[in-house]
Amino acid sequence: MELQRLAFSFFNGDVASRYWPDIVHGMWVTTYLAAAIVATGLAAGLALAMARSFHFRPASFLIVVFADAFRALPPLVVIIVLFFAFPYVDLAMSAFSATWLALSLVLAAFAEEIFWAGILSVPKGQTEAARSTGMSRLQTLVYVILPQAVRLTIAPLTNRMIAVTKGTALGSVVAVHEIIYYASSGASEAGNPTPLTLGAAAYVVLFLPVVMFSRWIETRFAWKR
Amino acid sequence: MEQILQVFFNAAILERAWPFLMRGVTMTLLLSLVVVPIGLASGLAVAMLYHLHRKWLSRFLIAYVDFFRAFPPLVLLLFIYGGLPFLGIDLPLFGTVALAFLLNTSSYYGEIFRAGLESVPAGQAEAARSTGLSRGQTMLWVILPQATRNVLPDLISNTLEVIKLTTLASVIGFTELLNNARNAQALTYNATPIVAAALIYLVLLWPLVRLVSRLEHKSIAVR
Repeated sequence: MELQRLAFSFFNGDVASRYWPDIVHGMWVTTYLAAAIVATGLAAGLALAMARSFHFRPASFLIVVFADAFRALPPLVVIIVLFFAFPYVDLAMSAFSATWLALSLVLAAFAEEIFWAGILSVPKGQTEAARSTGMSRLQTLVYVILPQAVRLTIAPLTNRMIAVTKGTALGSVVAVHEIIYYASSGASEAGNPTPLTLGAAAYVVLFLPVVMFSRWIETRFAWKR
Repeated sequence: MEQILQVFFNAAILERAWPFLMRGVTMTLLLSLVVVPIGLASGLAVAMLYHLHRKWLSRFLIAYVDFFRAFPPLVLLLFIYGGLPFLGIDLPLFGTVALAFLLNTSSYYGEIFRAGLESVPAGQAEAARSTGLSRGQTMLWVILPQATRNVLPDLISNTLEVIKLTTLASVIGFTELLNNARNAQALTYNATPIVAAALIYLVLLWPLVRLVSRLEHKSIAVR
């Protein structure tokens, strides 16, 4: 009896068949949003770390301020400020854009720090040797330093990417139509938590392979102690 | 410029919202003071169980950790919040938040402590045992202190993440800083309360970010 009630609540076939198309649509939105965030966040983070490696003081200072601020601010706060505060000065953006921008900024801040740590870990002699062969500063960075630095950054970057892309769920707070948005509105509409079960399953389907992949990456590219 | 000051940094509105925001800060700190120790304790428990190296237990723990690492914390919170009543369990809001954090943070802290325990050479335990220390004593006095020291930067960095995650509680109506700020914004129709809340988070968490950066750069310098 207990078990039957449990199944009726959480694994209700009727409710599931009504709401699973929504959840699948949410999965697409989540995937798309996550891919956009990873692309912009990583590119911006790498660009900032490269800019910082030229040791131009004012620029480095600004980059550190940026990286510190977006590592300190909770991502949900950034999303809410972008979405609810900016319209007051006529800078309204869609919920999707606000979530994308907020999480890209957060990922960029963390990625900058990770890339920078990677760049610092390459011995100075490498730069000196490359420069003495006549390579420019940029060439040295791109062809000599970064290839060595990136290897060390793969494991921490993967973990950070997972953490930030899981944050796409925060978009539901400003009504981005991703998985949990459909799941919780479906649950309250149906008066039954089955859509939440579906939503939870959808996240596991999307992210569990990535987490398992990151476990493999961690052993493959471990920071050498 | 005038307009920006008016809607983002409005002194009159800030004055009215301030007591409200401060009550939110208290709740955020209180929540953090509950969920961080719970996370540390349960994470340590997960890591120590793993350290027993029982094949099936370890497999189960890895599955547990991976499962909750794959699960966005907000989804976990909404699932518990929306699902528990259907199980006939009525938890207060604080309990719901604490339960979600327990499941989420135990897996992250567990993974960190596990790496810490594994970083201590086996000879340490063997030496400690041969001096007559019991297994428990060896763990407590020899292994744990070294393990914790080795992963201290990760522990602090995760603690920062956990404190940032307390903002999720606002989604189910727990009256912490972000929730109060949003209510104040809705009541005054002015963005000042949320901008102020963002600045408060920045001021509170920035020292922790600096500390994490220092420790991380130090550990790279040692390498």
